[in-house]
Amino acid sequence: MKPAPFAYQRPSTLEEALTALAGEPGAKVLAGGQSLVPLLSMRLAAPSMLIDINALPDLGHVSVDVTGVRIGALARHAEVPASAEAAESQPLLALALSHVAHPTIRNRGTTVGSLVHADAAAEMPMVLRLLEGSVDVASVRGRRTIPAAEMFAGPLESTLAHDEIAVEAYFPALRTGGGVAFEEIARRHGDYAMVGVAALVSCDGDEVTSARLGYVSVSDVPTVVDVTDAVREEGGDPVAAALAELEPAEDIHASADYRAHLVKVLTTRVLAAAIDDARARAGRVTSR
Amino acid sequence: MTEQIHDVRLHVNGSVHEVQVPARRLLSDALRHDCGLTGTHVGCEHGVCGACTVLVDGRPMRSCLMLAVSAVDAEITTVEGLTEADGTAQGRLSPVQQAFSDCHGLQCGFCTPGFLTTITAGLRETPDPSEDEAREMIAGNLCRCTGYQNIVKSVLRAAEIQAGIESDGGVDA
Repeated sequence: MKPAPFAYQRPSTLEEALTALAGEPGAKVLAGGQSLVPLLSMRLAAPSMLIDINALPDLGHVSVDVTGVRIGALARHAEVPASAEAAESQPLLALALSHVAHPTIRNRGTTVGSLVHADAAAEMPMVLRLLEGSVDVASVRGRRTIPAAEMFAGPLESTLAHDEIAVEAYFPALRTGGGVAFEEIARRHGDYAMVGVAALVSCDGDEVTSARLGYVSVSDVPTVVDVTDAVREEGGDPVAAALAELEPAEDIHASADYRAHLVKVLTTRVLAAAIDDARARAGRVTSR
Repeated sequence: MTEQIHDVRLHVNGSVHEVQVPARRLLSDALRHDCGLTGTHVGCEHGVCGACTVLVDGRPMRSCLMLAVSAVDAEITTVEGLTEADGTAQGRLSPVQQAFSDCHGLQCGFCTPGFLTTITAGLRETPDPSEDEAREMIAGNLCRCTGYQNIVKSVLRAAEIQAGIESDGGVDA
């Protein structure tokens, strides 16, 4: 339960970090380390070098403008819900983050790191997909923006190239008429969910104009299903529409049948809660 | 391959410790083996049990999920640093430590250092917790002896002791 030896660098500028990363094919980036260090200790990963970005300046921000929330690579999970502006701009962030591990882990782990780790059992990759956000990455070759839909390639696999460091994530603001909800069921609060579901809906008065659902721990990548038609059709069945797009898998925590059952129960709950949320927000705006 | 050794300056409980460690030395091991502060206990070593929890700049973090080389800029508080100076060699128990003693909040004591650090920070954020909030505060720490009942009582008692100190300037024992 001790990591294998590795070389270590703690650069003080992003340029130094990118150069070091480009020059060492076996290197990994260390930010919060709450997923990486257990992988090292269990020897599931044995990088030749760790590039510790904790001393880099200007990456610890949680900034908010009219378009949404931007989270720097060194902002800890706990710092996102601590921002009242971020919670106001995109309420799904705080809802989902309260389910990310335990507070002690959230004090160290970073939101951007969790996106790059690309665990389908983790909340934030799914939230990024559902909200159609993006991740800005830098390398010695330049910068680019990866849209959420192109970010997750497979289990624990993002589409970052080896020499790229994710510097910022962007989560769009909740639009007027929008509502969100999140719920998950885990063996113990803070453990990985057996199933987690988030909903993002848009309403125009009493009419639901769009409804999308995001699933955690159901497939091997974060999965989003659009159930707008099923919600709007007379006699439509959003739960069946969602299940048609998912293949709940079996593991030591839950059988496939039980997972499918949780998908049904949670989908119904979060869809109703998100529609209520949209109406409550619209009510608050008109009563102002 | 000869492993590179790094000179690392750790700030622990108000003292500076100059240690020479390989990059892979976990902070938990550096505290125990290199600083000689064996109050921090190592249980699962992958972030699940919470026994190794220390305060990093006042916030509880898992010392088994940090590298010592990466902790250079931080002020670290271990369970040894919770005791308050009162002129004696061992010092005076902090409100949380006193509450664990009062309420029988430990049996074998292995998990206790992690609970004490976690609750010390937790009461700073939530000085007057409800029973539910007390349970939430300790949800990330495992104890295999107590069944948690007396630990929850200890959290509530610690809040009382702390409130007593703040109101009359002495330990309300």
